[in-house]
Amino acid sequence: MKRIFQDIWYSVQDFLQTFGSSQLFLVRILAGVPAAFLRPGLIIKQIHGSGVLSLAIIGISGFFVGMVLSLQAYNSLARFGATESLGVLAALALTRELGPVVTALLFAGRAGTALASEIGLMRATDQLSGMEMMAVDPVRRVVVPRFIGGVIAMPLLAAIFSAMGLFGAWLEGVMLLGVDEGAFWQQMRSQVDVYDDVLAGILKSFVFGIAASLLAVFEGYNSIPTAEGVSRATTRTVVLTALAVLVLNFMLTAVLIGEV
Amino acid sequence: MAVREEKGAPKTAARGAEDNIAVIRDLHYSRGHRRIYEGLNLEIPRGRVTAIMGPSGTGKTTMLRLLTGQILPDHGSILIEGEDVAKMRRKQLYNYRKRIGMLFQNGALLTDINVYENVAFPLREHTDLPERLVRHIVLTKLHAVGLRGAWQMMPAELSGGMARRVALARAIAMDPDLILYDEPFVGLDPISMGVIVRLIRRMNDALGLTSIVVSHDVDEISSISDRTYLISDGRVVASGSPEDLQDNCSAVVMQFMNGMADGPVPFHYPAPDYGEQLLGRDS
Ligand SMILES: Nc1ncnc2c1ncn2[C@@H]1O[C@H](COP(=O)(O)OP(=O)(O)OP(=O)(O)O)[C@@H](O)[C@H]1O
Ligand SMILES: [Mg+2]
Repeated sequence: MKRIFQDIWYSVQDFLQTFGSSQLFLVRILAGVPAAFLRPGLIIKQIHGSGVLSLAIIGISGFFVGMVLSLQAYNSLARFGATESLGVLAALALTRELGPVVTALLFAGRAGTALASEIGLMRATDQLSGMEMMAVDPVRRVVVPRFIGGVIAMPLLAAIFSAMGLFGAWLEGVMLLGVDEGAFWQQMRSQVDVYDDVLAGILKSFVFGIAASLLAVFEGYNSIPTAEGVSRATTRTVVLTALAVLVLNFMLTAVLIGEV
Repeated sequence: MAVREEKGAPKTAARGAEDNIAVIRDLHYSRGHRRIYEGLNLEIPRGRVTAIMGPSGTGKTTMLRLLTGQILPDHGSILIEGEDVAKMRRKQLYNYRKRIGMLFQNGALLTDINVYENVAFPLREHTDLPERLVRHIVLTKLHAVGLRGAWQMMPAELSGGMARRVALARAIAMDPDLILYDEPFVGLDPISMGVIVRLIRRMNDALGLTSIVVSHDVDEISSISDRTYLISDGRVVASGSPEDLQDNCSAVVMQFMNGMADGPVPFHYPAPDYGEQLLGRDS
């Protein structure tokens, strides 16, 4: 029993420590951001890397999440005879919560691990010191474009996730379960607010984009330069990003709802 | 070098018969419990080929990392053009590094771009040359190492020796003043070895560079170096021209130059008694 608490305590410590030192790394990254926009080619390549390659998994996941959401909600709403609210419920759930959160978790698994292992391997094979020797700052050349790419890709991916989710919800609810199509869209249009719901979702996924990209590049850049070190960095990226996203999600939600 | 330009007149006056590009004084460096350098002194003469030899694990790669400011000494000074590398600011250090080419022991090519882009990398990062000129430089450098035909290949498709030659082409892409070679001859066939040996010497003489070559290959190194330092146990145990070393009768030098297993330099890394360890009684 004592062991379990000790383990938990160590994980918490590790999480806080990583969080702290990654903030310092963030400052170094931010210092390089303005200069990075002078070379948009590098950034576009990274948006392609993190974004386009995650597109399939995000789209498919969004679709199925929308379907299951519709199915579950239909059964609950049917008890109150409020099945026309299916559309608005799906839209709110997707834009406010599921879109940003699930996208960030999937992003960590698909793009985050790729980033961490790529940078970690570059460290392990002396490519980063090679750059330093050529008087090229690896943080600016390698880390910053990948970070920016991730931050830009995340809200776009979350939007695609939500759109695919709505499509799934519509397919399941309207086409299969027979909810009235007019009510489905009409209620959604009148109830979903651009600021409170859509913008809040975008803000969330922007914050998650920063957290997920930062943790991925941080873990990769600071990985131990061995095969084992790189694999450890990859695992830590997923675990820490998941934790960070869920904690941040709660804090952001509290703040956003508090304001309303 | 950039550092020299900043210093201006007083430095030029100080240059006399002993014109050294780098001077290492009383260098101490340790890694964990292992002392790698204990009071090492060394000079790198300008415009010459200086060889650094020593048994595996003495810290030759470490020396190159110290010389380029990638790691800092525990004690002692490393002066490049009279400036202490450890005290250089980041900008100054980068300016200094722009003028050096370094060949890593394992090549350290960027694995996500092809051979051509690897050689073009420093040019693209530091200059605004038009593509036509970049192409010209890259192809010239690749031609010099005999790999112009491999320009489209990815680093993963190269053999170890080819990767090292590409890395050499990249190291000379910016026409540096100082080139550091870490084991340039490992993994080369006799033909490329001969070409690379001559290339190092020829670049040094034709372009007025300074070269530092780290190597174990006694014969190859002797054929091109002007001055050789033999390092062992954290110190310079012998130095001088290749002929001096051949004539040196100190036991360490004899052992190294003639490749004998018995002598003052142990072939084995420190270990408990062999028999005892095999019988499992060492722990
Ligand atoms: N990351 C490290 N951690 C601890 N010790 C290290 C590390 N890197 C190198 N060393 C130690 O430093 C010593 C010198 O290493 P270095 O790579 O400079 O040797 P070397 O002379 O280049 O050898 P070789 O000729 O085999 O390349 C070695 O004994 C090694 O054990
Ligand atoms: Mg070495």
